[in-house]
Order: sequence, then structure tokens, then C-alpha cells
Amino acid sequence: MSLITTLARLEAVSRDRAQPAATVRHRHLSDRPLVFVPLTTAGEAGAPLGALVGTDRDAPRLLVVPQPRDRDLRFAFLAELADVVLPYVDSYGEAVEAAERTETDPETGKRVKVEVELCADAPQLIVPSRAGVELVRLLGRSMRFRRTAEEDPQAPFPAPPRVPLLGRWLTHFGERARVPGSSLLLAMTDVLSRHWATGQSSLEDQHLGALLAWIDPPEGRGGAEAARERELARDADGQLLYPPAGPATDPAFDNKLLAPAIEAYDRARSALAAAEDGVEADARLGELTAAERRVRDLVESRTLPTWRAVWQGLDLLRELPEGAHVAERWTRDRWSYTGHRERVLAGEPPQPRRDDPVTAATKLATREREQARLEAQEALDDPLVMAARRLSGEAFAGEVTDVVMTWTESRRPSPRPLVTVRTDDRPHLAEGARVYRSSNGKPQTAELVAREEDGGVLVLRVLDRMGRGREPEPGSVPEKGERLCFTLFEHEPRGGAKLPDPEETPWTHGGPPGEEPAAEPADPVTEEDIL
Amino acid sequence: MTAEVMSDVADPGAAAALATEAILHDTLHGSARGVVVDSPPGAGKSTLVVRAALELAAAGRPLMVVAQTNAQVDDLVLRLAEKNPDLPVGRLHSSDSDPYDKALDELANVRTSAKAADLAGLDVVLSTAAKWAHVKGVEPWRHAIVDEAYQMRSDALLAVAGLFERALFVGDPGQLDPFSIVGSEQWAGLSYDPSASAVTTLLAHNPGLPQHRLPVSWRLPASAAPLVSDAFYPYTPFRSGTGPGDRRLAFAVPSDGSAPDRVIDEAAATGWGLLQLPAAHTPRTDPEAVGAVAAVVRRLLDREGAAVSERFPDAAPLTADRIAVGTAHRDQAAAVRAALARLGVTEVTVDTANRLQGREYDVTVVLHPLSGRPDATAFHLETGRLCVLASRHRHACIVVCRDGVTDLLDDYPSTEPVQLGTVVKFPDGWEANHAVLAHLSAHRVTWTP
Repeated sequence: MSLITTLARLEAVSRDRAQPAATVRHRHLSDRPLVFVPLTTAGEAGAPLGALVGTDRDAPRLLVVPQPRDRDLRFAFLAELADVVLPYVDSYGEAVEAAERTETDPETGKRVKVEVELCADAPQLIVPSRAGVELVRLLGRSMRFRRTAEEDPQAPFPAPPRVPLLGRWLTHFGERARVPGSSLLLAMTDVLSRHWATGQSSLEDQHLGALLAWIDPPEGRGGAEAARERELARDADGQLLYPPAGPATDPAFDNKLLAPAIEAYDRARSALAAAEDGVEADARLGELTAAERRVRDLVESRTLPTWRAVWQGLDLLRELPEGAHVAERWTRDRWSYTGHRERVLAGEPPQPRRDDPVTAATKLATREREQARLEAQEALDDPLVMAARRLSGEAFAGEVTDVVMTWTESRRPSPRPLVTVRTDDRPHLAEGARVYRSSNGKPQTAELVAREEDGGVLVLRVLDRMGRGREPEPGSVPEKGERLCFTLFEHEPRGGAKLPDPEETPWTHGGPPGEEPAAEPADPVTEEDIL
Repeated sequence: MTAEVMSDVADPGAAAALATEAILHDTLHGSARGVVVDSPPGAGKSTLVVRAALELAAAGRPLMVVAQTNAQVDDLVLRLAEKNPDLPVGRLHSSDSDPYDKALDELANVRTSAKAADLAGLDVVLSTAAKWAHVKGVEPWRHAIVDEAYQMRSDALLAVAGLFERALFVGDPGQLDPFSIVGSEQWAGLSYDPSASAVTTLLAHNPGLPQHRLPVSWRLPASAAPLVSDAFYPYTPFRSGTGPGDRRLAFAVPSDGSAPDRVIDEAAATGWGLLQLPAAHTPRTDPEAVGAVAAVVRRLLDREGAAVSERFPDAAPLTADRIAVGTAHRDQAAAVRAALARLGVTEVTVDTANRLQGREYDVTVVLHPLSGRPDATAFHLETGRLCVLASRHRHACIVVCRDGVTDLLDDYPSTEPVQLGTVVKFPDGWEANHAVLAHLSAHRVTWTP
């Protein structure tokens, strides 16, 4: 935690209200996000209990598994979920724009520009908390290797038609969410705590209700007290007034309300199965419907507050203006969406269970590059973030007190102006170190030539972005009196070298790979599948 | 040749020579594609790399050398040229400005280029892993030496391993592990986890590779080798190349009785000193601790020290370039530099553990990574960090620390999740920290401002 975040948290405590940790919004928000508020069943990994899902804040779709241990009902839930999510995901595939991509020409091996189509916008999935992101990943993993009756007529328990496809998309959303700065799948608590500092620990910030209580407390209430109430307050029956955002549910709810309701549902189902004639069956069907209704009401009562909280969070975030580089990062999300859509359409197999060595290394390199880029761009977009970097000696702002023109001593001299900057910041700079500033949106490099005794006066030599001629282009050299901000970190992190193709995995990493089956087999059927 | 046999050899020089012979034999005549050498601090790793390079070149095998930083590459080039000025050596460098040490331009047989093709046919070509990763479409080298292989990440090895047929991997397993700036739990437990060290991946896929160990530290004095060996290398012990009394540190100016002087005398006499400040929770750049570090360094210089060792039997003066200050964080290093500048000291190296790796000084002053902290995170508990800080010195090491670290350690045991399939590293930082503190407590001097 940076010093300035610590300070903001202390201020939040003393003012009893969350303090801004950013002046602009650093994540893209779609005009039409798909909000997904899932609940799971205690005691079984990834068994969904129900969910609210949809793009209309006033009309969420309620999906419920009245008996979560019943595989058929679970599949029915996932099929329904697919009916909501897949049309939404597909709806962004139609509008495309022309774009360029560099590809390696298979014949010449040269890097060439190829004209391709890029989806003009992309879907955005929003879940309440980080645990929700984990559940999206888990659901994706549990579904993408399933086989439908069409794909495998022999499958003993075929999945409904669109379920494996939903699994592939949820896996893609889950993987993309690991890329720093990406916005295809967002956890509301993460986004909110990026933009506000509360007076509680970051662990407590994972409680969406408490986090919102700090940021936007009810009229006349303090943040700390309101957050405490959201976490702990219970009614006369011992139920939480503000249910947790899930996907886990409160044990008191599980034991006192949910378990009896599910038992009643089971009894009604057995009774219906045992019915001996039509009249009796009709009556028992009515009882079963009522029992199911009861479970649905319970699930709705526990997801609706979270649903509203997510939309409240979206409202709060939308009040912030979007950061200057957010659109650029969203473009990479669009590429990611377009790419996965193409792979699905091309009939490629689902994402493998484990990454191969080259894929793993490529992903890690991408994420490290995106992390560096995100940190740089957030600082450039937001003076408050830059202040944290300045405080930690990674950047400095100051006034230009002198500019002296010098040139390189070559046959065609290039400008190398010496710029003197006076700053109150204390950057960790050694002589010869590179610093960067944003000049018309492009990073301009300078190096430290000299630093005066007290460290407050720096002489910098500007090295690039002044045009090709002897005289620098107008506006490309800082002027006396100008206030500038230099960073010690690069604005555009450089990509690493290209890794070998997976077929050329070296001996140090278990390569080269042998002949492997093109697609992985579905998960084998285990005893739990036939309970 | 096993480690046990080697450590039975009484003379450290003979033991080290035996180990080196075995390594060179496996490298030059063995059938395995790789040879791994573990080298404790100051055990002559660079000497081994240079010698192996010369012998491979003499055997007519084109050799590429992979190091991790430009400074390491330049250092190896200079050492190679010193040993054999006639050897044709290539230094592959990046296309940045000022990419290599200008001293290389003075060497007649060293060719520098940013393109691998320009260096084709030279006996030895050296570069960083990052630069090698860009080399494509060349005939693979018959042999490679990978230096600091424990500090190289698995994905970096993946990028360069296609360039060579066989390789000698040399490194220190006790130093800082490579790290990544983003989470990589997703791949934990996979044999090729890209964020693991290159050696971990190499051995996971090639478990039969011969592994050797250099058994003698020539840097660490007899007072330090047992502690560092026990605390950080409990299963692969090593010893010092010098005996008790072979190295001596004396000061012309007598002690003035102040805490810095007393801790300096304690360290000069025993090899270790702990300057203890009263317990407190402080910001990272604890002004009082930083001031104490600076005061100790100032007194080290003022008291005109003289260091007697096997290299300098007639005593070498303890000058500023023979002293270093080690910290955990960059802002701490900056704070110490500023404090030293106020006392008129500018020549002393002040850096973080990461940057001090592989360096050597007569006396080091260390700001303890846990000093003044309210909590102990995985970063501060990392075994390698303390190991680097406690193993840079030839004569003495002075640790500046606030009281209460032992309790802090007890309050914060390591809580990193255990991942299936990953090899648990021993010792853990918690245990190593306790071992070092227990030893230091016998050399404690209390700070009185």
C-alpha cells in the first residue's frame, strides 16, 4: 500500500467517509453491462443455487436451482443462463470496424500488416465481488468440456446444447479478468476500491454492502457505523438485514430458511412421483410448484439487495469522467473478444485444462506488460495517482527554469536541449538515468545530466521527439516557465522477444511435444455424477 | 563424486579443486545435456564460469554464455579477456544507447555488435538472456553456459533454450528467487511454471542431470560461513576457505565509546555486530535507524580501518569502496544515501538486496528488512533477501535493527498458501530469520543516541 493510500484511509477514518483514490474512472464501463449476481450452495464446490442476471436494472432474470444437488436441475439452470448470456455476448459480434493486425506471413516469415475486422464494442460482465470472478472461472471450467447429445450420442449425461459454449465464454471472461486493466469481466468491489479509499481494511472492502456504506452512506449516517450495520445487523429471526454479496450465503440463512424450503421441495417432488391418479397428481403438482416458488422467493430475497448494490456502484462510477487511456485498453478487450469469437466460429476446441509451457509464458509476459502499462497510464491520466508515484520517488513535477540549446557532434547535428527543472519532489535518480514526459500524448525521453546539491534542481538533456531537422519542431522542446511532470518509468512498456512455437518447445521445458489428440476428452463420469 | 567425499578433504583449496574438476569433466566429457552447479556466496562461481568457457573454447566447441544483466556480461567478458587476451570473444548487446561497458572497446579480441550474425564464428559469444531471446534463425550453439541460473525465470530459459544443444547451469540457490509483478498462482505446481526459476523447470523435466556443488566460500570469513551455511543452506553445507584469524580488521583510531564505535569493535573482533534500537513501529525510511546506519559508516571511515587477509597480508586500508550498505527497499537506500551525503560520505555503495547480488565488500552495514515493521510480509521474510544481505562481506557485517523483531516473527509465521505440486523451499524465511537473529543477539550493542 502506498503512503498516499494509507493517508487516504486515515482520512476516511477521521472524516467517517470514503475518500477518493482517483479523480477519473480507470476502467471501461459498458453502456449495457450484463450484471450477474450468483449464489452457490454450501458444501459443494461450484454448485449454483441461483442467480440474478440481466442488462436491465429494473428487470433482472431470476434463475433458481430448487434442489442444487440434482444434476438435471443444475443443467437446466446452466441452459437458462446460456439463454441469457450467449445472446448478449453474440449481440456484439455484428457491428465490426476495419482494423490492422501484424501477422507473420507463413511463406516469407516476415511481419506483415493484415486487414481484419474488429468488433466495434464488446460485452461486459459485472459480478459483485472477486469470489464471483472465481465462480465464473469455475463454472466455465465445469462446462466447457461437456458434450452435448449432438456431439457425442453415447454420452450418458449429455449437456443441454448451448452449455459447453457458455463454458468456453465464461472461461474466456475468467482468463481475461486476470489481465491487469482489462474490463471484460469486472468485480464491483475491486473497481470501487480502486477509486475510493475506505476506513476499513482491504479485506473488509470485499463486502460490497459495507464498501458502499463507506462510499455513499445513507443520509445523516457515518461510514464506519453504516458499514458495521451492513455487515452485522440481523432481524428478530437472526437473519442478516443485508445479505452478503455471495456467491456464498449466510449459514443462518442456509440452516433456518433454505434447508427447510429445499426439504419441502424434495418431499413435494417425491409425493408427485408417488401420485396414483391424475387428480392426485394435479394437486401434488400444485404443492410442488408452491414449494419451488418458496425457494425462488428465498433466492430472490438474497440476491436482489446485491443486484441493487451493483447498480448503485455503477451509478457512482459513472459519475467519474473516464480516464484518457481507458478507451485504448478497452480496444485490447475488444481484440480479445473478437479473437475468441473467431476461434469459436472456426470450430476450434475448447481452451485446454492446462496451458502448455509456451502459452503460460506468453500469458505471463502479456500480463506483466499490461501491468506496467496500466500503472503508467493510470498515473498519466490521473494527478492523484501521479502524486503517489511522485511521493515514492518514481516521478517528479516542476517548473522549467532554463533551456539551453545544444546539438550532437555528428555530421548532421540533432538538437539536444538542456532543460533545467526545479522540483520539490525527491525522485530516486542517478546521473544518466532516463526520465519520460508526455509530449502531445507521446512519451519524450530525457536523461539526467546533473543534479544540484540539495537535489531540487535537475538538468535534463532531451533526447527524442524533436523532428528530423537541426532545429527542433515547434512545441517539442519544453519552454522556460512551463510546468512539467517527468516519470522514471516508461510510458509504453516494451514487449519481450517472441517465444518459440509450441511445436518447438525446448528440451529444458519437456519438449518437443509428442503427438497429442487434437481435443481433450470430456471429464470422465464419476460417482458424484450419478448420485 | 559426492558432496560428502568432497567435504572430507581437509584442505579447502583441494576440496574446491576436486569439485571443479568433476564439474569440468561432466561438462566436457559427460553425456547429459545439462549440468547444474550450485554455488554458495563467494564460492568462485565466476571463476568457474570463466574457466569452463576457456576449456570449452579450447576444445573447439562454439560457446554462448547467457547472463542475467549487462553488468554481469561485461564483467565476464573482462575476466575472459584477462585470462586469455587472444581468445576471440563476441559481446552481443542491445540497440539502446550505451549498451555495454566502454572498457570493452579497449580489448583487441572482443567484437561488439547488436546483431548475432556479426559475431558468428567467434569462439565465445556473451549476452544477456533478454538479448539472446531476440536471436532467431541461427545455427544452434553446441554449448552454452547459463550464469545466475537460479535468478533466471523459467520463461526466460524457454525463450533461449532453443539456441543451444547442451548447457552448464551455474547459480546460487540461496539468493533471491526471480519474481513476477503479476500473480502466477494459475501455473503453480506445473513443472514449467513460467514464474519459477529456470533450474526448477530444468530439473523437473530432466531429473537425471548431474548436479554439483562448490563446497568452499572464499568470500565469507570463518566467522560467517557456518552461520550462513546453517541458516540458508541447511542441507547443502559449505565452509569458508579461510580459517579463524586468517582475516583481521583493526582500526588506527580507538573507540570513543559511542554505540557505533562499540558495534564496530564487536564486528571487527567477531565478524558480526548488531546495533539495536529501541522497539518502535516506524515508516519504512525510519529516520533514527537510517541515521544509525549512516553514523556507523561515517565512523568506519573515520577510524582508518585496515583489513588483513590472504590477499593483503600487509593490510589494505578500509576505504569507502570496500564498504556497502544493504537495505530491503529502494526508498530506504535513497534515505541512507541522503543521510550519508549529509555526513559527507558519497563513495559508499548503498543498494537493495536485489542489486547487491553477486557483489563483494570488506564490511557491510545492513538495515534489517524487518526493523520497525508492524507486520512481516512474504517479501520481508524471503529467505534470499536476508541471505544476500548477510553474505556480501569478507570481514564483518553490522546489522542495524529495532528491538522486537523476534516477537514480530512469532506474530507472523509464514502463511503463504501451499500449492500442490510445488517443491516447498527450505529453510523458510521465518526459520532463517530466527537463526540469524539468535546468532546476532550475542553481538548486540544498544544504540544510545
